[in-house]
Amino acid sequence: MIPGGEVKLNDLYQEVILDHNKRPRNFKKIEDANASSHGKNPLCGDDYYLYLKKDTSGVIREAGFTGQGCAISKSSASIMMTLIEGKSAVEAEKLKDAFIKLLTGDSVDEALRAEVGKLKIFEGVRQFPVRVKCAALIWRTLEDALKNNSTQEVSTE
Amino acid sequence: MTTSLAPFPVEKIRKEFPILTQKMNDQAFVYLDNAATSQKPLAVIERLSKFYRNENANIHRGVYTFSQNSTRECEEAREKIQHFLNAKESAEIIFVRGATEAINLVAATFGRKFLKKDDEILISEIEHHANIVPWQQLAEEKGLKLRVIPVKDNGELDLEAYEKMLGPRTYLVAITQVSNSLGTINPVREMIKAAHHAGAVVLVDGAQAVPHMKVDVQDLDCDFYVFSGHKVYGPTGVGVLYGKRKHLEAMPPYQTGGDMIESVTFEKTTFAKIPAKFEAGTPAFAEIIGLGTAIDYLKSLGLDEINRYEHELLEYATEKLSKIPGLTIIGTAPDKASLISFELEGIHPHDVGTVLDQYGIAVRAGHHCAQPTMKRFGVPATTRASFAFYNTKAEIDVLVKGIEKVIQVFK
Repeated sequence: MIPGGEVKLNDLYQEVILDHNKRPRNFKKIEDANASSHGKNPLCGDDYYLYLKKDTSGVIREAGFTGQGCAISKSSASIMMTLIEGKSAVEAEKLKDAFIKLLTGDSVDEALRAEVGKLKIFEGVRQFPVRVKCAALIWRTLEDALKNNSTQEVSTE
Repeated sequence: MTTSLAPFPVEKIRKEFPILTQKMNDQAFVYLDNAATSQKPLAVIERLSKFYRNENANIHRGVYTFSQNSTRECEEAREKIQHFLNAKESAEIIFVRGATEAINLVAATFGRKFLKKDDEILISEIEHHANIVPWQQLAEEKGLKLRVIPVKDNGELDLEAYEKMLGPRTYLVAITQVSNSLGTINPVREMIKAAHHAGAVVLVDGAQAVPHMKVDVQDLDCDFYVFSGHKVYGPTGVGVLYGKRKHLEAMPPYQTGGDMIESVTFEKTTFAKIPAKFEAGTPAFAEIIGLGTAIDYLKSLGLDEINRYEHELLEYATEKLSKIPGLTIIGTAPDKASLISFELEGIHPHDVGTVLDQYGIAVRAGHHCAQPTMKRFGVPATTRASFAFYNTKAEIDVLVKGIEKVIQVFK
């Protein structure tokens, strides 16, 4: 094994990502959710339901998800859970935009890394273009859930 | 006293496939995605190159020599395929784009013309989407019943259930000879016999069978047989529909236009005889000629020798993979072609594929265009390693090491 491949793999499958894959946070349905959506990439089989409970001012008070998929999609969802509670829809949208930029933008600078916070561990996904959709899926699902009229099914394929 | 067979000359054969010396991610390229497409031998690559460099001219109606040569070469390729499948005559060999188009052709012509409301089509639970969706569409259009032959837990079809499903309403049985997702070899000869006994017509999807075993359409007695050129070491964009003459003659054309007519006036067109009736427009003539070369190449190696060697690879890989903790092989029928679908406990196939890729190993991760099969076996997807006669036991060892690495990453 040449170091190059191993380095790339270590960048992709960082410890934190593997930990979230194994022990996803808020991995449950929120029974009294008032916003939700379904993210599904039929070609690769990633398939998640996202549940949000927003308060009257629109702040996300509780978030949960269920479903199945690869390590990248699941850890992306799990880390999202730790970030969006307490955020307004506008703040969550802003984080989503920054994260999508981290995955697909032409370049990544320190300002962007600072903006996405702990999501910066997904920067390694940039080296695996076919896996970008995995990391992005739950965030597009969030985008849909935050709309007043969710389309109920989202895909990043 | 037993005489031992000469060992299969795999090292010599590997030299005939230039891509096998490539590197992928700086690693020796270990190509185990043969069920998706096969690599091409020099003979085929050079035939295509020579044709485009020195011989290119459209077939039919050309009065000049190069056009006549192209036409003759295409017809020779048709004869090669006739003998390869042991069809009664070369007119029963129709060139199409691939197995998918062949099935769509039969559904759109034979299916649309002859099947009537409440007739039944039987397919199996382990079909590729290409042998599901065209029938589903036809069933919807004509009010037919699409019924599914169940598969047992080991990946074998439930033949008792199949025989019970056959009846006076069964018009057509469409089954794969080899499952692309599990590797199961179906006993199509017996299944065809039973179907004919019930008065049904049978289409066999041979896309995964033809690269691995001798096929004799007269012995099988199938009504239709389809395969793709690119899976049998030939070029992309060309495939074959075999049909019994009586069916092909009774069927309306699939597409219309040039080359498939006898005469055209603005009042009426009369269609050409088979096979031209089903070959509207300029076909992939260079690729047809290349497919003929691929068939010659396979014959020179010997299908029986290929089959024996690939079986050795399958047994070796099955034994090695079975020993890996947490690995479950999906599809363990006693009669299998050389492919292994597997699941690694707690690790998604796409993560498996990504890690293996970094070690130069090409496998397929996904549902293999067989979502109903995946559902039946309770998995969203599998990782599939499929072997060809140019693969080696050493490459299987590399795969095993790669899988161990995957487990290490996700432990």
